[in-house]
Amino acid sequence: MSEITHDTLAGSAEDGQRLQFHETTEHHPETGTLLGFWIYLMSDCLIFASLFATYGVLGRAYAHGPTGQELFDLPLVAMNTTLLLLSSITYGFAMLRMQMGKLGGVMVWLAITGLLGAGFLGLELYEFHHLITEDAGPGRSAFLSSFFALVGTHGLHVLFGIVWLVTLLFQLKKHGLIAENRRRLFCLSMFWHFLDVVWIGVFTFVYLMGVLP
Amino acid sequence: MSQSDHAHDAHGHDHHDDAPHSTFKGYMTGFVLSVILTAIPFWLVMAGVIQDSGMTALVILGFAAVQIVVHMIYFLHMNFHSEGGWNMLALIFTAVIVFIALAGSLWVMYHLNVNMMPGLMKEYL
Repeated sequence: MSEITHDTLAGSAEDGQRLQFHETTEHHPETGTLLGFWIYLMSDCLIFASLFATYGVLGRAYAHGPTGQELFDLPLVAMNTTLLLLSSITYGFAMLRMQMGKLGGVMVWLAITGLLGAGFLGLELYEFHHLITEDAGPGRSAFLSSFFALVGTHGLHVLFGIVWLVTLLFQLKKHGLIAENRRRLFCLSMFWHFLDVVWIGVFTFVYLMGVLP
Repeated sequence: MSQSDHAHDAHGHDHHDDAPHSTFKGYMTGFVLSVILTAIPFWLVMAGVIQDSGMTALVILGFAAVQIVVHMIYFLHMNFHSEGGWNMLALIFTAVIVFIALAGSLWVMYHLNVNMMPGLMKEYL
Protein backbone atom coordinates (compact mmCIF):
# COMPACT_ATOMS: atom_id res chain seq x y z
CA MET A 1 0.00 0.00 0.00
CA SER A 2 2.74 2.43 0.96
CA GLU A 3 4.52 1.50 -2.25
CA ILE A 4 1.57 2.62 -4.31
CA THR A 5 1.42 5.90 -2.48
CA HIS A 6 5.10 6.48 -3.08
CA ASP A 7 4.69 5.61 -6.74
CA THR A 8 1.91 8.13 -7.04
CA LEU A 9 4.11 10.66 -5.32
CA ALA A 10 7.09 9.95 -7.53
CA GLY A 11 4.87 10.13 -10.62
CA SER A 12 4.27 13.82 -10.14
CA ALA A 13 7.36 14.84 -8.25
CA GLU A 14 7.42 18.31 -9.74
CA ASP A 15 4.69 19.51 -7.42
CA GLY A 16 5.88 17.27 -4.66
CA GLN A 17 5.48 19.94 -2.08
CA ARG A 18 1.76 20.25 -2.66
CA LEU A 19 1.41 16.48 -2.67
CA GLN A 20 3.30 16.21 0.53
CA PHE A 21 0.67 18.37 2.09
CA HIS A 22 -2.06 15.99 0.88
CA GLU A 23 -0.03 13.02 1.97
CA THR A 24 -0.05 14.10 5.59
CA THR A 25 -3.85 13.90 5.78
CA GLU A 26 -4.50 10.22 6.28
CA HIS A 27 -7.99 10.34 4.80
CA HIS A 28 -8.02 10.04 1.11
CA PRO A 29 -11.51 9.88 -0.37
CA GLU A 30 -11.91 7.04 -2.85
CA THR A 31 -14.46 8.93 -4.87
CA GLY A 32 -16.48 12.05 -4.28
CA THR A 33 -19.63 10.00 -3.69
CA LEU A 34 -19.58 10.10 0.09
CA LEU A 35 -18.98 13.84 0.16
CA GLY A 36 -21.62 14.39 -2.51
CA PHE A 37 -24.10 12.32 -0.55
CA TRP A 38 -23.29 14.25 2.59
CA ILE A 39 -24.02 17.49 0.75
CA TYR A 40 -27.35 16.02 -0.41
CA LEU A 41 -28.14 15.22 3.23
CA MET A 42 -27.29 18.79 4.20
CA SER A 43 -29.73 20.07 1.57
CA ASP A 44 -32.31 17.67 2.94
CA CYS A 45 -31.57 19.21 6.30
CA LEU A 46 -32.69 22.55 4.89
CA ILE A 47 -36.01 21.03 3.79
CA PHE A 48 -36.55 19.82 7.33
CA ALA A 49 -35.44 23.19 8.71
CA SER A 50 -38.16 24.94 6.73
CA LEU A 51 -40.74 22.38 7.87
CA PHE A 52 -39.60 22.81 11.48
CA ALA A 53 -39.82 26.59 11.07
CA THR A 54 -43.35 26.24 9.67
CA TYR A 55 -44.33 24.06 12.60
CA GLY A 56 -42.65 26.50 14.98
CA VAL A 57 -44.77 29.33 13.61
CA LEU A 58 -48.07 27.44 13.29
CA GLY A 59 -47.67 24.84 16.04
CA ARG A 60 -49.97 26.64 18.44
CA ALA A 61 -52.54 27.79 15.88
CA TYR A 62 -55.21 25.28 16.89
CA ALA A 63 -58.18 27.10 15.29
CA HIS A 64 -60.30 25.96 18.27
CA GLY A 65 -59.48 22.39 17.33
CA PRO A 66 -57.68 19.77 19.35
CA THR A 67 -54.31 20.67 20.85
CA GLY A 68 -51.11 18.66 20.97
CA GLN A 69 -51.75 17.99 24.63
CA GLU A 70 -55.05 16.29 23.79
CA LEU A 71 -53.77 14.42 20.74
CA PHE A 72 -50.23 13.24 21.35
CA ASP A 73 -49.75 9.81 22.83
CA LEU A 74 -46.31 9.99 24.42
CA PRO A 75 -45.90 6.24 25.17
CA LEU A 76 -46.47 5.60 21.45
CA VAL A 77 -43.89 8.24 20.57
CA ALA A 78 -41.44 6.73 23.06
CA MET A 79 -42.00 3.36 21.39
CA ASN A 80 -41.34 4.90 17.96
CA THR A 81 -38.20 6.61 19.22
CA THR A 82 -36.96 3.32 20.65
CA LEU A 83 -37.53 1.51 17.36
CA LEU A 84 -35.66 4.13 15.38
CA LEU A 85 -32.77 4.30 17.83
CA LEU A 86 -32.50 0.50 17.84
CA SER A 87 -32.49 0.51 14.05
CA SER A 88 -29.58 2.95 14.14
CA ILE A 89 -27.47 0.66 16.28
CA THR A 90 -28.40 -2.44 14.24
CA TYR A 91 -27.33 -0.57 11.10
CA GLY A 92 -24.07 0.14 12.93
CA PHE A 93 -23.67 -3.60 13.54
CA ALA A 94 -24.23 -4.22 9.82
CA MET A 95 -21.42 -1.75 9.05
CA LEU A 96 -19.13 -3.53 11.52
CA ARG A 97 -19.89 -6.87 9.80
CA MET A 98 -19.10 -5.18 6.49
CA GLN A 99 -15.69 -4.17 7.82
CA MET A 100 -15.06 -7.78 8.75
CA GLY A 101 -16.15 -8.80 5.27
CA LYS A 102 -18.98 -11.01 6.55
CA LEU A 103 -21.74 -10.86 3.96
CA GLY A 104 -24.21 -13.00 5.92
CA GLY A 105 -23.90 -10.83 9.02
CA VAL A 106 -24.36 -7.65 6.99
CA MET A 107 -27.55 -8.99 5.45
CA VAL A 108 -28.99 -10.23 8.74
CA TRP A 109 -28.38 -6.91 10.51
CA LEU A 110 -29.68 -4.97 7.51
CA ALA A 111 -32.84 -7.05 7.51
CA ILE A 112 -33.31 -6.40 11.25
CA THR A 113 -32.77 -2.68 10.61
CA GLY A 114 -35.38 -2.78 7.86
CA LEU A 115 -37.89 -4.54 10.13
CA LEU A 116 -37.37 -1.98 12.89
CA GLY A 117 -37.83 0.80 10.32
CA ALA A 118 -41.01 -0.88 9.09
CA GLY A 119 -42.22 -1.12 12.70
CA PHE A 120 -41.59 2.60 13.11
CA LEU A 121 -43.51 3.34 9.95
CA GLY A 122 -46.36 1.05 11.01
CA LEU A 123 -46.76 2.84 14.34
CA GLU A 124 -46.64 6.21 12.60
CA LEU A 125 -49.32 5.17 10.11
CA TYR A 126 -51.43 3.88 13.01
CA GLU A 127 -51.04 7.26 14.72
CA PHE A 128 -51.96 9.16 11.55
CA HIS A 129 -54.97 6.94 10.95
CA HIS A 130 -56.07 7.40 14.53
CA LEU A 131 -55.75 11.19 14.26
CA ILE A 132 -57.62 11.37 10.98
CA THR A 133 -60.50 9.23 12.23
CA GLU A 134 -60.69 11.47 15.32
CA ASP A 135 -61.34 14.43 13.01
CA ALA A 136 -57.81 15.70 13.61
CA GLY A 137 -56.55 15.32 10.06
CA PRO A 138 -54.26 17.74 8.26
CA GLY A 139 -57.23 19.89 7.22
CA ARG A 140 -58.38 20.56 10.79
CA SER A 141 -56.06 23.40 11.75
CA ALA A 142 -52.78 25.08 10.81
CA PHE A 143 -51.19 23.21 13.71
CA LEU A 144 -52.25 19.85 12.28
CA SER A 145 -51.31 20.82 8.71
CA SER A 146 -47.77 21.66 9.77
CA PHE A 147 -47.64 18.58 12.01
CA PHE A 148 -48.60 16.21 9.20
CA ALA A 149 -46.25 17.96 6.77
CA LEU A 150 -43.25 17.65 9.08
CA VAL A 151 -43.83 14.18 10.54
CA GLY A 152 -45.13 12.88 7.20
CA THR A 153 -42.03 14.07 5.35
CA HIS A 154 -39.86 12.29 7.88
CA GLY A 155 -41.98 9.17 7.50
CA LEU A 156 -41.63 9.34 3.71
CA HIS A 157 -37.87 9.49 4.13
CA VAL A 158 -37.97 6.38 6.29
CA LEU A 159 -40.15 4.67 3.68
CA PHE A 160 -37.64 5.44 0.93
CA GLY A 161 -34.82 4.37 3.23
CA ILE A 162 -36.52 0.99 3.57
CA VAL A 163 -37.01 0.71 -0.21
CA TRP A 164 -33.31 1.47 -0.64
CA LEU A 165 -32.40 -1.03 2.07
CA VAL A 166 -34.38 -3.83 0.45
CA THR A 167 -32.84 -3.01 -2.95
CA LEU A 168 -29.42 -3.13 -1.36
CA LEU A 169 -30.21 -6.53 0.17
CA PHE A 170 -30.86 -7.91 -3.32
CA GLN A 171 -27.71 -6.29 -4.68
CA LEU A 172 -25.67 -7.74 -1.82
CA LYS A 173 -27.15 -11.16 -2.43
CA LYS A 174 -26.29 -10.98 -6.11
CA HIS A 175 -22.87 -9.27 -6.06
CA GLY A 176 -21.59 -9.61 -2.51
CA LEU A 177 -19.48 -7.00 -0.76
CA ILE A 178 -18.00 -5.40 -3.86
CA ALA A 179 -16.66 -1.85 -3.72
CA GLU A 180 -19.88 -0.42 -5.18
CA ASN A 181 -22.05 -2.12 -2.60
CA ARG A 182 -19.78 -1.00 0.22
CA ARG A 183 -20.11 2.57 -1.04
CA ARG A 184 -23.91 2.16 -1.15
CA LEU A 185 -23.87 0.78 2.38
CA PHE A 186 -21.91 3.84 3.55
CA CYS A 187 -24.39 6.18 1.87
CA LEU A 188 -27.43 4.41 3.29
CA SER A 189 -25.72 4.42 6.68
CA MET A 190 -25.44 8.20 6.54
CA PHE A 191 -29.05 8.50 5.33
CA TRP A 192 -30.37 6.24 8.08
CA HIS A 193 -28.47 7.92 10.89
CA PHE A 194 -29.46 11.31 9.49
CA LEU A 195 -33.13 10.32 9.76
CA ASP A 196 -32.57 9.42 13.38
CA VAL A 197 -31.02 12.84 13.97
CA VAL A 198 -34.08 14.51 12.41
CA TRP A 199 -36.32 12.36 14.62
CA ILE A 200 -34.55 13.74 17.72
CA GLY A 201 -35.75 17.17 16.59
CA VAL A 202 -39.26 15.85 15.90
CA PHE A 203 -39.86 14.10 19.20
CA THR A 204 -38.40 16.99 21.19
CA PHE A 205 -39.81 19.97 19.30
CA VAL A 206 -43.14 18.52 18.19
CA TYR A 207 -44.22 15.87 20.66
CA LEU A 208 -42.56 16.68 23.98
CA MET A 209 -42.90 20.45 23.63
CA GLY A 210 -46.37 19.99 22.15
CA VAL A 211 -47.76 18.41 25.30
CA LEU A 212 -46.28 21.03 27.61
CA PRO A 213 -49.05 23.24 28.97
CA MET B 1 -6.65 6.05 -15.45
CA SER B 2 -7.10 2.37 -14.75
CA GLN B 3 -3.83 2.39 -12.89
CA SER B 4 -4.95 5.14 -10.60
CA ASP B 5 -8.25 3.33 -10.10
CA HIS B 6 -6.32 0.32 -8.96
CA ALA B 7 -4.30 2.43 -6.63
CA HIS B 8 -7.50 3.77 -5.13
CA ASP B 9 -8.95 0.30 -4.84
CA ALA B 10 -5.89 -1.02 -3.11
CA HIS B 11 -5.98 1.92 -0.81
CA GLY B 12 -9.63 1.32 0.00
CA HIS B 13 -9.11 -2.34 0.68
CA ASP B 14 -6.15 -1.84 2.92
CA HIS B 15 -8.06 0.64 5.01
CA HIS B 16 -11.55 -0.75 5.41
CA ASP B 17 -12.14 1.51 8.32
CA ASP B 18 -10.56 4.39 6.50
CA ALA B 19 -13.61 6.37 5.47
CA PRO B 20 -15.61 6.42 8.69
CA HIS B 21 -13.99 4.81 11.74
CA SER B 22 -16.58 2.32 12.92
CA THR B 23 -15.88 0.38 16.05
CA PHE B 24 -18.20 -1.66 18.23
CA LYS B 25 -17.20 0.47 21.19
CA GLY B 26 -18.01 3.67 19.31
CA TYR B 27 -21.48 2.49 18.32
CA MET B 28 -22.25 1.19 21.81
CA THR B 29 -21.08 4.44 23.42
CA GLY B 30 -23.29 6.40 21.04
CA PHE B 31 -26.23 4.09 21.67
CA VAL B 32 -26.00 4.16 25.47
CA LEU B 33 -25.59 7.95 25.50
CA SER B 34 -28.57 8.30 23.13
CA VAL B 35 -30.76 6.09 25.31
CA ILE B 36 -29.93 8.20 28.36
CA LEU B 37 -30.37 11.48 26.48
CA THR B 38 -33.74 10.28 25.14
CA ALA B 39 -35.05 8.80 28.38
CA ILE B 40 -34.42 11.90 30.49
CA PRO B 41 -36.49 14.36 28.40
CA PHE B 42 -39.36 11.86 28.10
CA TRP B 43 -39.26 11.36 31.86
CA LEU B 44 -39.11 15.11 32.50
CA VAL B 45 -42.21 15.72 30.40
CA MET B 46 -44.26 12.61 31.22
CA ALA B 47 -43.68 12.84 34.95
CA GLY B 48 -44.01 16.63 34.96
CA VAL B 49 -40.82 17.01 36.96
CA ILE B 50 -40.32 20.72 36.30
CA GLN B 51 -43.38 22.87 36.94
CA ASP B 52 -42.45 25.70 34.59
CA SER B 53 -43.18 24.83 30.92
CA GLY B 54 -40.65 27.27 29.51
CA MET B 55 -37.93 25.85 31.71
CA THR B 56 -38.83 22.27 30.72
CA ALA B 57 -38.77 23.26 27.05
CA LEU B 58 -35.32 24.78 27.40
CA VAL B 59 -33.97 21.74 29.22
CA ILE B 60 -35.31 19.20 26.70
CA LEU B 61 -34.04 21.32 23.79
CA GLY B 62 -30.64 21.23 25.47
CA PHE B 63 -30.83 17.43 25.71
CA ALA B 64 -31.82 17.24 22.03
CA ALA B 65 -28.86 19.40 21.02
CA VAL B 66 -26.46 17.20 22.98
CA GLN B 67 -27.98 14.05 21.49
CA ILE B 68 -27.64 15.43 17.97
CA VAL B 69 -23.94 16.01 18.63
CA VAL B 70 -23.62 12.47 20.02
CA HIS B 71 -25.23 11.05 16.87
CA MET B 72 -22.98 13.17 14.67
CA ILE B 73 -19.85 11.92 16.39
CA TYR B 74 -20.63 8.26 17.08
CA PHE B 75 -23.06 7.32 14.28
CA LEU B 76 -22.21 9.72 11.45
CA HIS B 77 -18.49 9.74 12.34
CA MET B 78 -18.12 13.46 11.90
CA ASN B 79 -14.68 14.88 12.50
CA PHE B 80 -12.44 17.54 11.02
CA HIS B 81 -10.48 15.09 8.86
CA SER B 82 -13.08 13.16 6.88
CA GLU B 83 -13.14 14.13 3.19
CA GLY B 84 -10.41 16.64 3.85
CA GLY B 85 -12.60 18.66 6.20
CA TRP B 86 -15.28 19.34 3.58
CA ASN B 87 -17.86 17.29 5.46
CA MET B 88 -17.44 19.50 8.50
CA LEU B 89 -17.45 22.66 6.43
CA ALA B 90 -20.71 21.65 4.73
CA LEU B 91 -22.19 20.81 8.15
CA ILE B 92 -21.19 24.13 9.68
CA PHE B 93 -22.56 26.03 6.69
CA THR B 94 -25.84 24.10 6.94
CA ALA B 95 -26.05 24.69 10.67
CA VAL B 96 -25.74 28.44 10.09
CA ILE B 97 -28.47 28.38 7.42
CA VAL B 98 -30.73 26.21 9.59
CA PHE B 99 -30.26 28.58 12.50
CA ILE B 100 -31.11 31.60 10.33
CA ALA B 101 -34.17 29.84 8.85
CA LEU B 102 -35.50 28.75 12.25
CA ALA B 103 -34.67 31.78 14.36
CA GLY B 104 -35.53 34.21 11.58
CA SER B 105 -38.93 32.63 10.82
CA LEU B 106 -39.95 32.48 14.47
CA TRP B 107 -38.75 36.01 15.14
CA VAL B 108 -40.37 37.59 12.08
CA MET B 109 -43.66 35.72 12.40
CA TYR B 110 -43.92 36.44 16.11
CA HIS B 111 -43.53 40.15 15.47
CA LEU B 112 -45.99 40.00 12.58
CA ASN B 113 -48.56 38.47 14.87
CA VAL B 114 -47.95 40.92 17.65
CA ASN B 115 -47.93 44.00 15.45
CA MET B 116 -50.51 43.22 12.82
CA MET B 117 -53.24 41.18 14.45
CA PRO B 118 -53.63 42.62 17.92
CA GLY B 119 -57.32 41.79 18.09
CA LEU B 120 -56.90 38.30 16.74
CA MET B 121 -53.95 37.30 18.92
CA LYS B 122 -56.06 35.46 21.46
CA GLU B 123 -58.04 33.64 18.85
CA TYR B 124 -54.92 32.78 16.90
CA LEU B 125 -53.33 31.27 19.96
